[in-house]
Amino acid sequence: MNQTLSKKLVLTLLAWFIALVVFFPIFWMILTSFKTEGEAVATPPSLFFDPTLAGYHEVMARADYVKFALNSVIVSVGSTLLALLVAVPAAYSMAFLPTPRTRGTLLWMLSTKMLPPVGVLMPIYLIFRDLGLLDSLTGLTIVYMLMNLPIVVWMLYTFFKDVPRDILEAGRMDGAGTLQEVLYLLMPLTLPGIASTGLLSVILSWNEAFWSLNLTTSDAAPLTAFIASFSSPEGLFWAKLSAASTMAIAPILILGWMTQKQMVRGLTFGAVK
Amino acid sequence: MRLQHAIIPLAGAMALASVSANAETITVATVNNNDMIIMQGLTDEFEKAHPDIKLDWVVLEENVLRQRLTTDIATDGGQFDVMTIGTYEVPIWAKQGWLTQLDNLPEDYDKADILKPIRDGLSHDGSLYALPFYGESSMMYYRKDLFDKAGIEVPEQPTWDEVHDWASKVNDPDNGVYGICLRGKPGWGENMAFLSTLVNTYGGRWFDEDWHPEIDSPAWHKAVNFYVDLMNNYGPPGATSNGFNENQALFSSGKCGMWVDATSAAGRIYNPDESKVADELGFAPAPIAETPKGSHWLWSWALAIPKSSHAKDAAQTFITWATSKDYVKLVGEKKGWTSVPPGTRESTYQNANYQKAAPFADFVLKAIQTADPTDPSAKPVPYTGVQYADIPEFQAIGTQVGQMIAAALAGQRSVDQALSAAQRAADRTMRQAGYY
Repeated sequence: MNQTLSKKLVLTLLAWFIALVVFFPIFWMILTSFKTEGEAVATPPSLFFDPTLAGYHEVMARADYVKFALNSVIVSVGSTLLALLVAVPAAYSMAFLPTPRTRGTLLWMLSTKMLPPVGVLMPIYLIFRDLGLLDSLTGLTIVYMLMNLPIVVWMLYTFFKDVPRDILEAGRMDGAGTLQEVLYLLMPLTLPGIASTGLLSVILSWNEAFWSLNLTTSDAAPLTAFIASFSSPEGLFWAKLSAASTMAIAPILILGWMTQKQMVRGLTFGAVK
Repeated sequence: MRLQHAIIPLAGAMALASVSANAETITVATVNNNDMIIMQGLTDEFEKAHPDIKLDWVVLEENVLRQRLTTDIATDGGQFDVMTIGTYEVPIWAKQGWLTQLDNLPEDYDKADILKPIRDGLSHDGSLYALPFYGESSMMYYRKDLFDKAGIEVPEQPTWDEVHDWASKVNDPDNGVYGICLRGKPGWGENMAFLSTLVNTYGGRWFDEDWHPEIDSPAWHKAVNFYVDLMNNYGPPGATSNGFNENQALFSSGKCGMWVDATSAAGRIYNPDESKVADELGFAPAPIAETPKGSHWLWSWALAIPKSSHAKDAAQTFITWATSKDYVKLVGEKKGWTSVPPGTRESTYQNANYQKAAPFADFVLKAIQTADPTDPSAKPVPYTGVQYADIPEFQAIGTQVGQMIAAALAGQRSVDQALSAAQRAADRTMRQAGYY
């Protein structure tokens, strides 16, 4: 009894320690966002100071936060829905109707993630230029969808594979077609998994900075472009940049906090058989 | 966007009467430095004066912007109507045929008023390809109080040997004051901008007349050994992470006896709101060693119109406005005279308001006027540029050499090792690029 209690205590302390280490940069950023530019670079750094909203004021004065944030929401949610629309049927066929090539196909899909994006910047830029998709929300949504598709398919595939075939067969006996099978049996059964896959895809799209900086100018620029306008090699900028970053991560942080139960359930779903 | 551009000329042709109703939108890409933020803030003033033009801004950090613009202009993407680029890019891009020639400037723009070295830096084959927004050279800042206490008199033109001596006198690490702060952060626009001027004044050059790199030459050895020794003895700790910004923060918080860097910092470290040493600030020309040639750099941020722009006329209206005498006056009146974009026009320096507000104005003007990018070294060179060479390969070479010198400064390798490795790397790049 005593031994398990002390073991539990050690584990709890360890978990707290790791959580604090992981959270520290975000905490420091939020703290810095309330400092003046001078305090932000002071050595040694100050923990106690008069908080100021000057950084936030300047950020709001220089850029239209709402426009950038709205673009981020549209693009990340849109690309996630689009990716799920393509990935659910794909993962269904791979999980329940595998062929000898399924394994290879899955690995091949994953391998596209191993290419550094800058390697295909030029061809994509040229295609987008010719299709008139540069600086458009449609273009960015498509790119994000394609970017996250391999991960979404993989995750859904592992979730679907854990569903016993017997349940689907039972449904078929009752006269369900493929569509009903997916909609009324498979998806409700794996909803936590689908939800966490969707959340992960939203977060990945939200944080993506390479394509959003390179394919947008002003109309479709999301929050990553907003942040990029506040770091500077000339003049002090840490407080402003921290304020901009805090504002940029706030929506996704709140979303993550609200759905953390869902996320953990989804990510550990099927882990223990 | 695309549709809009197609519709505007059409509509204009159909209904000439209602021109002002169809405002043309131009996309301006710029760096997020202070002077540009002020320009962005004056959008309303421009749109009021030109109701037929609307401005859309893309403001990015320098390195991100450079990559973004290069992608667009190299693919003829046409996403931007005005691009903010430097004296390094302008001649290279003009040679590629990417920029619009600016020969038809309005009479009252007064091209002759633009400082000659800056004008030359933005020209290619005798034609202007960009208009300067602000310009800078480099100079020496020092702390008058510390110098007085140590009994140091700064002559009209300091030398690097004197600087070494002064650094040893004012160095007081126990009280948090270091003799000298210099750039150490690797990068062609960071430590190498400064080190190029140091090498120049020690008589070195980047390339010989046949484009062979000369990084392992005696002049480079002398300059880099001097730099490493000076910084190790009298510089702040961890200097390899100090770029322009970090040094500005160090100097303005009173931690450096001297600082040799961009003239554009003067306005900020002279501003008591941003700097603790505003009252004790001394200025001097950048120090020299064996030759005055190339001892201080020349840089300008300029506005150019890409060939791929769909609204060249409106873009030209904007860039002539943002680089005009009236714009300088507008900023002076609205934001204070120390905030006007420096280093571009003779008339700015003749303005009594500016001279009164900025006691450093004469140093800056003299530094810019004496910087000669066409003759940066004691020996002849095949390139143009004081702190860079105007070839596309230079960015990669400069940054690589900068990393090796930073390693020498950090003590990870000797200066000899760093320079011979740098020479080999530069030689390989130039050979592969087909220079020889």
